[in-house]
Amino acid sequence: MKNNTPRRGGFMARNRAGHPTACHPPYKTSVKRSPQAALLSYPSSLSEESGPVFGPDVLGPLDNDMITNFAAPGEMAIGPRIVVHGRVTDESGRGVPRTLLELWQANAGGRYRHKKEGYLAPLDPNFGGCGRCLTDEDGQYEFRTILPGPYPWPNGVNDWRPAHIHFSVFGSSFAQRLITQMYFEGDPLIWRCPIIGTIADKSAAERLIAPLDMKRTIPMDARAYKFDIVLRGRRQSYFENRREGL
Amino acid sequence: MQPFDDHPETPSQTAGPYVHIGCTPTFCDINVYSGDLGASMKMGPVKGEEITLTGSIYDGLGGALKDALIEIWQADADGLYNAPEETRGQADPNFTGWGRSPGDMQTGAFRFETVKPGRVPWPDGRLQAPHISVWIVARGINMGLTTRIYFDDEATANAEDPILSRIEHQNRIPTLLAKKTAPGQYQYDVRLQGPNETIFLDI
Ligand SMILES: [Fe+3]
Repeated sequence: MKNNTPRRGGFMARNRAGHPTACHPPYKTSVKRSPQAALLSYPSSLSEESGPVFGPDVLGPLDNDMITNFAAPGEMAIGPRIVVHGRVTDESGRGVPRTLLELWQANAGGRYRHKKEGYLAPLDPNFGGCGRCLTDEDGQYEFRTILPGPYPWPNGVNDWRPAHIHFSVFGSSFAQRLITQMYFEGDPLIWRCPIIGTIADKSAAERLIAPLDMKRTIPMDARAYKFDIVLRGRRQSYFENRREGL
Repeated sequence: MQPFDDHPETPSQTAGPYVHIGCTPTFCDINVYSGDLGASMKMGPVKGEEITLTGSIYDGLGGALKDALIEIWQADADGLYNAPEETRGQADPNFTGWGRSPGDMQTGAFRFETVKPGRVPWPDGRLQAPHISVWIVARGINMGLTTRIYFDDEATANAEDPILSRIEHQNRIPTLLAKKTAPGQYQYDVRLQGPNETIFLDI
């Protein structure tokens, strides 16, 4: 079967000034894990413009609820209850529909459920720390969790991570693959954090801070935070929709 | 004047040391989902040559990363992607094209059971050499690293590949080649720094 649908344009070049620098010595691990040579730049091809797609069939009914998805029946995770929601768009402002978001975070005391995690704060037996959801047709997503705690980490002698939720986002193309972290409005640890410090452009770093959203807060239940995500965009123009040679 | 850039891309942040909690929770004994996505790339009998791809990711001091996550994306044996973007035909329905490996718990070595990909066109219509797109995240990597795996037994196709043929330092090309070690077995290591630093791409 041959389909002659003209291809959309390639991906717009990434503006790396709005991203972290690879080597940021205050974040010590980055020193020996950052490539030294310049990246080699190429236009995108089908190999980057295509990507895996996940349907609702991969999701379980509790995947978007970290308060209950690991808890014993009838139990709930301990901590301030929050809803996190937002919209995933591309750089042209178009919603990215039906894309998978994977989330992970520490518990309310700042402790991760992981073999290599040694922080003395206790595990919550009813909190696993992972969740996932799909965006809807418009790119909107929503999940429920508890407010993660800040935690100390071995970098400087007294470095603390601000409260944060890790996000992995697929988009519709492998070129859009993104992992980032969402921070919470008003956290005094944000501008002390060497990991946020990897982003030299402060206005770019600000876009990782989710504001409290009282309009979406559920009375007597859960506060809400709004976190919009922008993925890379593709060129789309009349002139690029022509087949080769036309 | 109107603002020029209304929708800048969300900045990346490191995946951190606990990326496996979010992306391969079953691997770290958090049994919330029915298994880890990308653990298997085959949903049944697949077309083409089945291969095993193994390797490690080394930091600038020569140590193997034990907390990385590596994802691969590739065409099937006929060069077709199992994706809505694919308009040239129907890809092998039993081959997802996407794999994800957390690496071995002790050594960090990754392993993919996949198929040798076919050739995929470049935007101008020329054929690219068989390749696999790679994305690597880990603690200390502030933004996911993109590279490609090509195959050392595809000399003819590699010589005419639009990317490989345009690389200025041709002596670095072996950093992109998976080495055939036995029938159906390929070894591919990533070096983040050093004299044999892998070529990383900005595509
Ligand atoms: Fe974290």
